[in-house]
Amino acid sequence: MSFLQNDVPLSWYLLLSAALFALGIVGFLIKRNLITVFMSIELMLNAVNLSFVTFACQWNAVKGQIFVFFVMMVAAAEAAVGLAIIIAVFRVRATLSVDRIDLMKL
Amino acid sequence: MHLILFVFFAGFCLAGAINLLLQTHPINSALSLIVVMTSLAVLYLLLGAEFLAAAQIIVYAGAVMVLFTFVVMLLNAGREERTLGSRAARSVGFPAVVVILAVLATVILRAQGLGSAHLGQGLTNAPDKSNLVVLSQVLFHELLLPFEVTSVLILIAILGAVALARLEGGDERTAAK
Amino acid sequence: MSDLIFKNYLWLAAIPLLPFCGFLFNGIVGSRLPKGVVTTVALLAPLLSFALVVRDAIALYGGGPAFPSPYVETCPFPWISVGALHIDFSFVLDQLSLVMLLVVTGVGFLIHIYSVGYMAHEEGYARYFSFLNLFLFFMTVLVLAGNVLLMFVGWEGVGLASYLLIGFYFQRKSAVDAGKKAFIVNRIGDFGFLIGIFLLLGNFGTLTFSQIASKLAANPAWQGGILTAICLCLLFGATGKSAQLPLYIWLPDAMEGPTPVSALIHAATMVTAGVYMIARTHVLFDHAPFALGVVALVGAATALFAATIGLVQNDIKRVLAYSTISQLGYMFLGCGVAAYSAAIFHLVTHAFFKALLFLAAGSVIHAIGGEQDLRKMGGLRTKLPVTFWTMTIAVFTIAGFPPLAAFFSKDAILYAAFLQGTYGKCLWFIGLVTALLTSLYMFRLWYLTFLGEPRTKDAHPHESPWSMRAPLVILGLLSICGGWIGLEHFGVFLAPAAGALHLETKIPHLELYLSIAAVLVALEGWLIADKYYRRKTERPAQLAAAVPTGYKLLANKYYVDEIYGAAIVKPLLAVSKYLLGWVVDTAILGGLAWLLAGIASLAGMILQRWQSGNLRSYAAWLALGAAVVLLFVLLHGSSFDFAVAVRH
Repeated sequence: MSFLQNDVPLSWYLLLSAALFALGIVGFLIKRNLITVFMSIELMLNAVNLSFVTFACQWNAVKGQIFVFFVMMVAAAEAAVGLAIIIAVFRVRATLSVDRIDLMKL
Repeated sequence: MHLILFVFFAGFCLAGAINLLLQTHPINSALSLIVVMTSLAVLYLLLGAEFLAAAQIIVYAGAVMVLFTFVVMLLNAGREERTLGSRAARSVGFPAVVVILAVLATVILRAQGLGSAHLGQGLTNAPDKSNLVVLSQVLFHELLLPFEVTSVLILIAILGAVALARLEGGDERTAAK
Repeated sequence: MSDLIFKNYLWLAAIPLLPFCGFLFNGIVGSRLPKGVVTTVALLAPLLSFALVVRDAIALYGGGPAFPSPYVETCPFPWISVGALHIDFSFVLDQLSLVMLLVVTGVGFLIHIYSVGYMAHEEGYARYFSFLNLFLFFMTVLVLAGNVLLMFVGWEGVGLASYLLIGFYFQRKSAVDAGKKAFIVNRIGDFGFLIGIFLLLGNFGTLTFSQIASKLAANPAWQGGILTAICLCLLFGATGKSAQLPLYIWLPDAMEGPTPVSALIHAATMVTAGVYMIARTHVLFDHAPFALGVVALVGAATALFAATIGLVQNDIKRVLAYSTISQLGYMFLGCGVAAYSAAIFHLVTHAFFKALLFLAAGSVIHAIGGEQDLRKMGGLRTKLPVTFWTMTIAVFTIAGFPPLAAFFSKDAILYAAFLQGTYGKCLWFIGLVTALLTSLYMFRLWYLTFLGEPRTKDAHPHESPWSMRAPLVILGLLSICGGWIGLEHFGVFLAPAAGALHLETKIPHLELYLSIAAVLVALEGWLIADKYYRRKTERPAQLAAAVPTGYKLLANKYYVDEIYGAAIVKPLLAVSKYLLGWVVDTAILGGLAWLLAGIASLAGMILQRWQSGNLRSYAAWLALGAAVVLLFVLLHGSSFDFAVAVRH
């Protein structure tokens, strides 16, 4: 395959999406800062967005792209609320370490 | 051309993601994530989703990540400290991730009928309409209601964020050491 | 048969049910009603039952309308119907049960009348009569039963009534203990009875008396073996109920109950249930000669044993109790020599004179204010005339003087025993010695109670009320003429139910000679008693001092209670405490409970670690769950159908 060709197999996009998703899970598991954990979640969401767009391209379906649009909106709202919660938790617990916040209540 | 661009920006994605994992300071992780977002925007362009590429930059990289950065700076989050880990995370979680990745890869590689993308691809068989026109037609005709509901959702999110994060006078929830 | 059941002409079921209604009435509401009502209800039940029995007797055997004999009434609702086993509530009236019923209801009624006077000033009047009626109910069920299981129901029930009545004065510890002892010892005997029932069921497939009899009649060659085992088990049960060796120990203690109870239950009716049972199942015993021999041996040995103990007892009721045990031994002896009719004959006469003895003793006790020690009685002849004369009749009867009742019946048994070869002659001799002892201790009692100088503390003994004297008189008359029916007529009458008597001998007038021997023996007993207890009253004490160990052995009842206590009761208690209490209860059962609780809390402790609140571990388990789901879909995804993505 020449480097200048114009066709990229869609499976590669999907593999990239899967890899990003897995890296997001790994980040959720190993990061200790609450905000970083949240960022890993955003990474996972983006990976899923990529796979949606890929399939939209596969089947010429615009609804796939519209779904991504909505996912972005919801993710934005969720990010706002989630960060507000993190601020509230920080105010009470004075720590952002995930291992320290394990009382399951405020 | 497509291939080169794909390889380049996919590499950026992966590098950014791995960097997010490796950095200890959250601000570095945030910046890595911005790199990932931007690369993804380019990949959307390659797949023929121009509007989404723009939205990705504007919303994700331009608003959400900025919000993250603001919070990091507001809370003065420092480097991560080594605390007691969770053995379950390592012994149960990592194999699970490996399995998930393996399963997904298997499914993807075994799937038949996946085509390939090429530059300038349109969303319909009629080449005269651009992708944006098609998308906006569907969005504002069929899916108008979800669109409007989304704006209400964002309004609610704003309210929630404000309610959760504001300092109340005489708050008894003092920070426990 | 069915129209007889529907017409219910003989109303057999009413005979037990009338006393049962009396029991329910007096038991539930009796304590709140005036004494007159309680008495009326309590007396009405046995009277009506007795009248019914008399009516049925005339109907069956009085030459009236033809009823089949034996007359069977079966309840239409089956009791047990499992596979090939069918047991019904069926009542049977034949000659044997008729005789027994006449005794039970007749003497029972007389004792009910007596109780009215005796218990007039006691607490628990209604309770007493309700228990007495309950006893009548169970006893009639036992007698009327057409199969072994229903008889066992009555058997157990009379044991219950006996327990209730022995412990009537429940505030006295000795009474309560005596009641428990009676019930438990009876239960031990009932265990043997139950084994016998199981063996019967296994070998005959039926428990109905008539069917067992017909099966045995069809196989005359079937002897010994399992039949001996069955009979020995039944005998064990009978020794418990009828106070023979080795289970007689409850009867002397049962004297703690009121005296009418001792008269009815422990003299006339309940203790004779064992004899009745053997007579009922005599076909089985006829096919098991070894068991019959054991029965005779048990009877003779018990008779002698009890007579020796009765010789030195000082409580008037204890003397009578041992006398009962001894006379029951005679009945068992009669059964053991296959002279079942003779045994039943003695049962009937014994009911008369023993009830009379007990009731008269009760009258004496009532007269001198509750004193029961013979050494503190005396000189009551002039003060209590009716009691004295009726008791005299009873004493002469039990000693065996003609023409009173027991002469005929006791002689019948001894004659039948003598005819049974060498073994029989030994038994006859034991019976003769026992007759001597019987006469001796009964006359001792007579002299000490009524004659001589008064030794009572109460200086004004008063005669009993007429409600107590009337039954004494009636029983006295019955004791006089009860035996006049004669063994031949009685035996012929009972033969269809209790087997024919085979009393032929080549020696002429053998029966006459044996009777003369018995009378001589009785006279000898009287003379000895006269010598020691009337003329030289200091001699008994000297004799006792001369043979101290012998006297102590007798006075302490051969230490049987103590032996049983050490050999049986103590090890049982030790096993209960150590083996069952510590090992089974604490260790095994407690350990089991502890184990279950331990497992639960252990599981809780393990699961508790899972709920740590640690975000990362939660995420790990989430990932694991997702991995599992994905794997499942990958491997079995073909069984789901995914809709193909819609092309826009």
